Amino acid sequence: MAIQSCVDVRNEWDIVSARQLGRDLAKDLGFSSVDQARITTAISELARNIYLYAGNGRICIEPIEEGNRRGLRIIANDTGPGIQDIRKVMEDGYTTSGGLGAGLPGVKRLMDEFAIHSTVDVGTEIHITKWLR
Amino acid sequence: MRVPILKLHEYLLISIQVELDDKTALQFQEDLLSKIHDTGAKGIVIDLTSVDMVDSFIAKVLGDVVKMSNLMGARVVLTGIQPPVAITLIDLGINMRDVPTALDLEQGLDKLQQDLEG
Repeated sequence: MAIQSCVDVRNEWDIVSARQLGRDLAKDLGFSSVDQARITTAISELARNIYLYAGNGRICIEPIEEGNRRGLRIIANDTGPGIQDIRKVMEDGYTTSGGLGAGLPGVKRLMDEFAIHSTVDVGTEIHITKWLR
Repeated sequence: MRVPILKLHEYLLISIQVELDDKTALQFQEDLLSKIHDTGAKGIVIDLTSVDMVDSFIAKVLGDVVKMSNLMGARVVLTGIQPPVAITLIDLGINMRDVPTALDLEQGLDKLQQDLEG
């Protein structure tokens, strides 16, 4: 019954479309205005990473249920250059773009769950989840 | 899409009410600096009451436009930052420490007046 909605990210406008989709779904699910802002911002950061580093990729968003918990899962994947050293990109303040993105540690703090898989020359996939409180 | 910039005596007033994509944000930066140049405005209020999300890019554009305006001799105050925006900015690790802020337009104008007279 969970329906996945996706946005292809190729240009700056797609970043806006991805976060608008996230905001609409978060609102429908009944997230508070603060959590809506967290989810929307996290999507914006991941979409910008795709645009900046991979050139193109995709953001998919789906409502999820686990036991009696409900939440929203966001999957960002790209077929870009991949990340050489994941430990390094998870350090606060690390940047290769001169600080254009807040980076992945910020996204992790905004959400409840965060997982990243990346293979050099293959691409990167990031899963983030926020649970309804 | 362009962000309207209103002149009021020696002030410029901006209320951001559009969804800020990257291009609109950068266009606004340029428009504001031209307007400062053309009008000789000394104080600027950028009101964010209608903005429900500020990501790292928008935060950088806003922080930069404050510094750029300062270089041109004008003071900028950001006003109306909503609670969810304040919370997510700090979660993200963006503190905008050097950016003057005020609760609303009224307090923002008061702050500018004090700065300009002081």
